[in-house]
Amino acid sequence: MNSIHDLGGMEGFGPILREADEPVFHAGWERRMFALAAAAAYAVGFGDDHIRREIERVPALDYLESSYYELWYRGIASLLEERGLLGPGRAQGLTPAVAAADVERVWGGGFSTRLPEVRVQPRFETGDRVRARNLHPHGHTRLPRYARGKRGLVQADHGVFSFADSMARGDGPEPQHVYTVMFAARELWGADAPAADKLYLDLWEAYLEPAAEAGR
Amino acid sequence: MACSGRFLDSFESRMFDLADGSGTLSTKLAGIVGESNREIGMASGSQGSGHGGADHAHDAEERGMALKVKALEQLLVEKGVVDRAALDRLVDLYERQVGPRNGARVVARAWTDPAYRMRLLADATPAIAELGYGGSQGENMVVVENTAAVHNLVVCTLCSCYPWPVLGLPPVWYKSPPYRSRAVKDPRGVLAEFGMTLPTETEIRVWDSSAEIRYLVLPRRPAGSEGLDEAALAALVTRDGMIGVAPV
Repeated sequence: MNSIHDLGGMEGFGPILREADEPVFHAGWERRMFALAAAAAYAVGFGDDHIRREIERVPALDYLESSYYELWYRGIASLLEERGLLGPGRAQGLTPAVAAADVERVWGGGFSTRLPEVRVQPRFETGDRVRARNLHPHGHTRLPRYARGKRGLVQADHGVFSFADSMARGDGPEPQHVYTVMFAARELWGADAPAADKLYLDLWEAYLEPAAEAGR
Repeated sequence: MACSGRFLDSFESRMFDLADGSGTLSTKLAGIVGESNREIGMASGSQGSGHGGADHAHDAEERGMALKVKALEQLLVEKGVVDRAALDRLVDLYERQVGPRNGARVVARAWTDPAYRMRLLADATPAIAELGYGGSQGENMVVVENTAAVHNLVVCTLCSCYPWPVLGLPPVWYKSPPYRSRAVKDPRGVLAEFGMTLPTETEIRVWDSSAEIRYLVLPRRPAGSEGLDEAALAALVTRDGMIGVAPV
């Protein structure tokens, strides 16, 4: 979705404002929102793809005016609404609420989207010249606008992962390889960029085509 | 920052109208408005001033976030979706336990143990797990090493991706538009804002961690640190150094 969250390469947002001795949370409700989002996602089965999809749907002006955990609230509340969990009655068919004693084990184990048991033949290998496809999906995607149509070099193959775009649509994992692709700064930003500078971006196979195919 | 009425007008009213009767979010919200006023006053008083994070949090409170989150918590507890003690534990885990001191230990180990450094650069996730760190937002880690010729910088342009097990939760500036927008196009300008000017011959590598890999920068060991042990070295390492916006 070409919404305001896709910020890479934009200008006009002013200086980077740093806070000395910044606390982890700025208010009590931020603590609770962080924990609520994590625990609700566990019980209901939301992935990051779902939450990010909802946050990306926030209108641009609201997105820029909202604090980070305010966006989390909107994302989580919207997902809970979608699942019918904000009305009366006890929730049915969910994973039981995580217990305090299990928190460290569960979050310490993580929620990897890597699918090590799934075998999918990679289309590309390290050193291949590729081009990021010129895709503009209406839903969630991890292909930033600044990379679309640009040529790069496959730097690493990280193995098979579930595909964020299809997970966010509710269409299942569509397992595929994720590659780190290296782009020359000049390919992305033009001749004024320093010649040696590089940008590395992790891209699912569906975002990529062989560089030779470009333009067909 | 302007206070936005749109937030409540559009989204909340639609959500609160979903269902009436007891046990809905709107009922919860109405029920706790009175009892929460004092608490909100206290939270506002604790804010700093003059920076994005605190300002934003203050605006958010004016938009009623404390009440809304409290209502959501109460509703989800009653529905059995979340457990209050587990929420307390999650806050404690990420506010007090998981943080950049973890990453600093990884860096110091890499500086003092060449074999560990090799394992860390070859396959970071198990190497980091050797020190007891791993899990959510660090399931698939890559460590990138600064050298005399190369400087690395990490950003997430689309969101706020950040290696929680080694750095904790990200600072507000990392999640905010100024950094996310400019780090990819003008990394040298961004670094200058952080007080770092690199020679033009230094190659800058920007890692936009918007997908499933999380990155940690291994800074260069500072000159003059030869006599220091691992713990003393770890004390030199900063969060910003491991994001790539500071030398160490």
